[in-house]
Amino acid sequence: MEDQSVTYGLRINDRDHGVQAGWLGESLLYVLRERLGLPGAKNACEQGECGSCSVLLDGVLVCSCCVLAADAVGSDIRTVEGLGDPDTLTDVQQAFLDEGAVQCGFCTPGLVVTLHDLLEHRPDADELAVREAISGNLCRCTGYGRIFAAVAAVQRQRAQARDGVSGV
Amino acid sequence: MGVVRPSSLGEVLDALSSAPDAHLLAGGTDFMVEVNFGHRRPDHIVALRRVPELQGWTADNGTFDLGAMVTYRQIERELAGDLPAFAAAARTVGSPQIRNAGTVGGNIGTASPAGDALPLLTALDAQVVCAGTEGKRTVALTDYITGPKRTDRRRGEVVTRVRFDRVRGPQHFLKIGPRNAMAISVACLALVLDLDHRQVRVGLGSAGPRPARPREAEQFAAGALDWDTGHMAPDDVDEFARMVGAATAPITDHRGTTEYRTHAVGVLARRALVRALRDVAGPDTARRDAAGRDTAGDDIGGTGQEE
Amino acid sequence: MGSPVSSAPVTREGVRDGVGADVLRPDGIPKVQGRFGFSSDLFAEGMLWGRTLRSPHPAARIRSIDTSAAEQIAGVQVVVTAADVPGKATYGLEHDDQPVFAADVIRYQGEPVAAVAADHPEVAWRAVQAIEVDYEPVDPLIDSEVAIDAEPIHPDGNVFRHLRIVHGHPDATADVIVEGSYEVGMQDQAFMGPESGMAIPDGDGGVDLYISTQWLHVDRDQVAACLGLDPAQVRLTLAGVGGAFGAREDVSLQVHVCLLALRTGRPVKMIYSREESFYGHVHRHPARMHYRHHADRDGTLVKVEARIVLDGGAYASSSTAVIANACAFAAGPYRVPHVYVEGWAVRTNNPPCGAMRGFGAVQSCFAHEAQMDKLAAALDMDPVDLRLHNALAPGDTLPTGQVITGTAPVRECIQAAMRHPLPDDVDGDPLQFPGGTGRTADREHIRRGVGFAVGFKNLMFSEGFDDYSTAAVRVERGPDGKPTATVHCAAAELGQGFVTLAQQIVRTELGVTRVQLRPADTAVGSAGSSSASRQTWMSGGAVKAACEDVRERLLERVAQQRGIEVRGARREVLELRHGVIEHVDAGWTVSLTDALADGPVEQTHEYHHPKTHPLDRDGQGDAHVSFVFAAHRAVVDVDSELGLVRVRQISTGQDVGKALNPLQVVGQIEGGIAQGVGLAVMEEIVVDGGRILNPSFTDYLIPTALDMPEVVATLIEQPEPGAPFGAKGVGEPPTISSTPAVMSAIRAATGLDLTRVPIRPDDLALAPDRD
Repeated sequence: MEDQSVTYGLRINDRDHGVQAGWLGESLLYVLRERLGLPGAKNACEQGECGSCSVLLDGVLVCSCCVLAADAVGSDIRTVEGLGDPDTLTDVQQAFLDEGAVQCGFCTPGLVVTLHDLLEHRPDADELAVREAISGNLCRCTGYGRIFAAVAAVQRQRAQARDGVSGV
Repeated sequence: MGVVRPSSLGEVLDALSSAPDAHLLAGGTDFMVEVNFGHRRPDHIVALRRVPELQGWTADNGTFDLGAMVTYRQIERELAGDLPAFAAAARTVGSPQIRNAGTVGGNIGTASPAGDALPLLTALDAQVVCAGTEGKRTVALTDYITGPKRTDRRRGEVVTRVRFDRVRGPQHFLKIGPRNAMAISVACLALVLDLDHRQVRVGLGSAGPRPARPREAEQFAAGALDWDTGHMAPDDVDEFARMVGAATAPITDHRGTTEYRTHAVGVLARRALVRALRDVAGPDTARRDAAGRDTAGDDIGGTGQEE
Repeated sequence: MGSPVSSAPVTREGVRDGVGADVLRPDGIPKVQGRFGFSSDLFAEGMLWGRTLRSPHPAARIRSIDTSAAEQIAGVQVVVTAADVPGKATYGLEHDDQPVFAADVIRYQGEPVAAVAADHPEVAWRAVQAIEVDYEPVDPLIDSEVAIDAEPIHPDGNVFRHLRIVHGHPDATADVIVEGSYEVGMQDQAFMGPESGMAIPDGDGGVDLYISTQWLHVDRDQVAACLGLDPAQVRLTLAGVGGAFGAREDVSLQVHVCLLALRTGRPVKMIYSREESFYGHVHRHPARMHYRHHADRDGTLVKVEARIVLDGGAYASSSTAVIANACAFAAGPYRVPHVYVEGWAVRTNNPPCGAMRGFGAVQSCFAHEAQMDKLAAALDMDPVDLRLHNALAPGDTLPTGQVITGTAPVRECIQAAMRHPLPDDVDGDPLQFPGGTGRTADREHIRRGVGFAVGFKNLMFSEGFDDYSTAAVRVERGPDGKPTATVHCAAAELGQGFVTLAQQIVRTELGVTRVQLRPADTAVGSAGSSSASRQTWMSGGAVKAACEDVRERLLERVAQQRGIEVRGARREVLELRHGVIEHVDAGWTVSLTDALADGPVEQTHEYHHPKTHPLDRDGQGDAHVSFVFAAHRAVVDVDSELGLVRVRQISTGQDVGKALNPLQVVGQIEGGIAQGVGLAVMEEIVVDGGRILNPSFTDYLIPTALDMPEVVATLIEQPEPGAPFGAKGVGEPPTISSTPAVMSAIRAATGLDLTRVPIRPDDLALAPDRD
């Protein structure tokens, strides 16, 4: 495979990483998980059908399994590991815990990334819009009910913080 | 062998002249899936996402000009006002993640019979602009796509833009999938009423080896429609639907049977036309015309097993 | 001499984060941060990548296998085939009829033929392509009815099991008779975390395996046997599991990856791609069923007859138990004096089938509930009233002759499901209409239907299987001096929340707040399978019993220290309450910290459920420990012309005994209903000529967030006698009657006699009698 060896750098979660002699066909998902010690993005399908590998590429939500790692050069990549800081959970992450939205957890990182993206751009998305926004994130354990509850909880909390309302 | 990351169309053509069979990487949503599953082995890759000549869209002088790298997300968000059927089609592609990466150029290049952007582009007589080592050419989309997953692409060539004229009139897109989101189309249809030229334009997807125009049905509808009032006799609406269904050549596969697809395309044609007629005539007139043909009238009936 | 400890139950009020509370799961933080280690996240220095070569043919003879080209590829360390299996050539859950690698016969598409270990997954992929196998394809046996009498495709024959349930008089009949044939397609568990694991050789001939599975010890035993090793040389540790739903009960890559590790002397990791996963695990048994119901004119059920054939595919897996379940529960949760059921589980060259959530009861429930609706129509009786009229109650006799001695709140479940208000009429954003983003329907194309179903099954394993569980609980002073409890239990956490419950139970039983969990592994005794909705009862019971043993030892220790003796009748003397040991009469207390000054207390308990018995030749016997019930009401919106369905609402009443963690129970109910909805309207492994046509998430569709209905759940709490804390398992009931409820609603909306799940658009749109 030496003839298909590529060496390049990637910027992930505000840090520079190097890939030495990677195989040309490796997806960004593979490189994150198996070369760079960032296994948060998951490999449930590797065909863009489940969203478990979701990352932000230049602020845009994409499936990292569909990104050629060697083409992600020059972009700002953010993974679940890069949300918030290592010692504190984000409000989305905390809400997932509080509302029972985590069972096996395999879909969870992808959902956390997707919801951070959604709530940043559409904080007041109604339930139907939330459903559509996460329609690309498959969950087999929860039936999504507790996930909707978690999103609603975050929206309430953020709205209260915005409006300075001390809430019930 | 490896990946080239050109930042201009000139650099793309240079890369292609030394490796004419290089894979052109757009959004990656088709290519990477094939690589991940071992159905395709990467060799030379020319990445297109940094090439400005392929980006963005304009709508000047009655012509839309879309860069090959325009994503479904851009179509959904930026073109919803001008091209509502296009935005509606984009909205049905895969997931939000896929829509953020998938491109119209990629949809054309892959040329799947189920490609969601293709029916409307077909209905709008879209032209594909290509640049290659032998120069530039413009090809009708219907000529560019030659069969299921087959195109007229020449070695060393890249699709740069997609162009079509602005059409004044209602446009609708309907797609059948076996679930409410993230579904490959079982059958889909785009319908445009060209009020200036008094034409009915229909693009069919997943109903044959490549996107098609049911010309006879289009002409029949154009003749049967009262273009001033937007009225069309219910029997004529039915006949139009039947003719559209008859114009298809769908296969039976694990996603759907020939019988269902033929039936479904007819239903989509009728519903799309009725919606378009409503847009022209106003809701009451069209509903009066259509009422006898649709199930159950205005009320949601049939609760069957109520306790 | 009596024990100084109390024989009365310890009171439990006021224990924080104990049983009954919505306690948060202990593995939640790493899961939301993406730091939780799933079996596909494992990494070891110098690890190799394993990959399997699978047969493209559903049935074939193997004439030769040539691995030489593969072995020569740079980076390939070893290629193994059947000839390299050092121990037993076959394995299996109930019958060891399944080869580790096919040697001369292929019996299903995807059957493993060889495996490789290489430096990089791409090299492993190339190596697999380079293995040359000379197959001679033969006609596959694909019809389950034909298989019963066909030429055997395996030395063990084509019938995994044939059984009858004969109860009452075979000639009994009644005035009103309805008959029907029903079919259930092949559903897939479709868990998110692909099959994966890492095997590390220990340098001494043994191996450590880190694996996603439902039962560590049964995997260990099969791996040891196939590798020719003593079980003590094969140590399994549960790695993070991304869901299971029955698909991980059978061995998939376990033997392969251990063999590769032992042969190369290096750690080997294997991950199945999603496509390979569809070939690599068992699916739900497709079923063909024919039923006849007899009833009096007042709606009293007199007799149920059923003939059930389950297609088990190429190898036995757990087919013998699945068909027993399908037959035992074939008549539904009703009093029926006369029952005649005949069932077969058969071998074909179709994909192997085995456990999936609901385990045979799903298939029967679809049929018996369709029958009950038909019967209600024939009687001109309300379908819910018909169920209430015949509903089982405690003390009733089942078709197996077993009497229900536990709780059976069938009526309460039915009433709870029916009580919730129906949703608002179809309106609003067209995104909610059938067709979703495809925008195919306008309001006038949509018809609403409401339907209902009720179902039941057993908890734990059956017919005399002693599926015990083991737990060790240790209490000691932590580094900060405060009491810490540690639980060691091999119960496989799949996402269902057993780890949370284990902590809750220890807090309640011992009053120790800080509860750690050791990794689940084979160093402790077996906990049995995470299936059959059994872990709350069995492993929860083991943890509880181990806590009780710890409490006994603690109280004995304190009694000894204080020189207390008790003569004569046992009476309350010492009690452990809220983490403090108290002398009830004298009033003095000893803190747990002080009681632990002399060192830790650790107890291991092997917890068994009451004995069950096999079914005799007439299907009679006390085969089950306990039963669990649920009812579902479904509201659907249907676009008949296009055959598209949107499930709008499902309300349910479920018999839970006692909700030990209500938040987790609701999560199980919603997740189970999602799978039931999937089976009704979209999920099917399409098999043609023994070949899977849709081995991907593109075409095997599971519900997305836009497909999921509103779910309203009522938990019916009638504590089950004999169950730890009175709690029943909750995982399977939501999957059993939700499918038939949705189908009942679709029939109501369309007027069509739909007899197969999942429905396809054709079934509605092209039906000759479509209105």
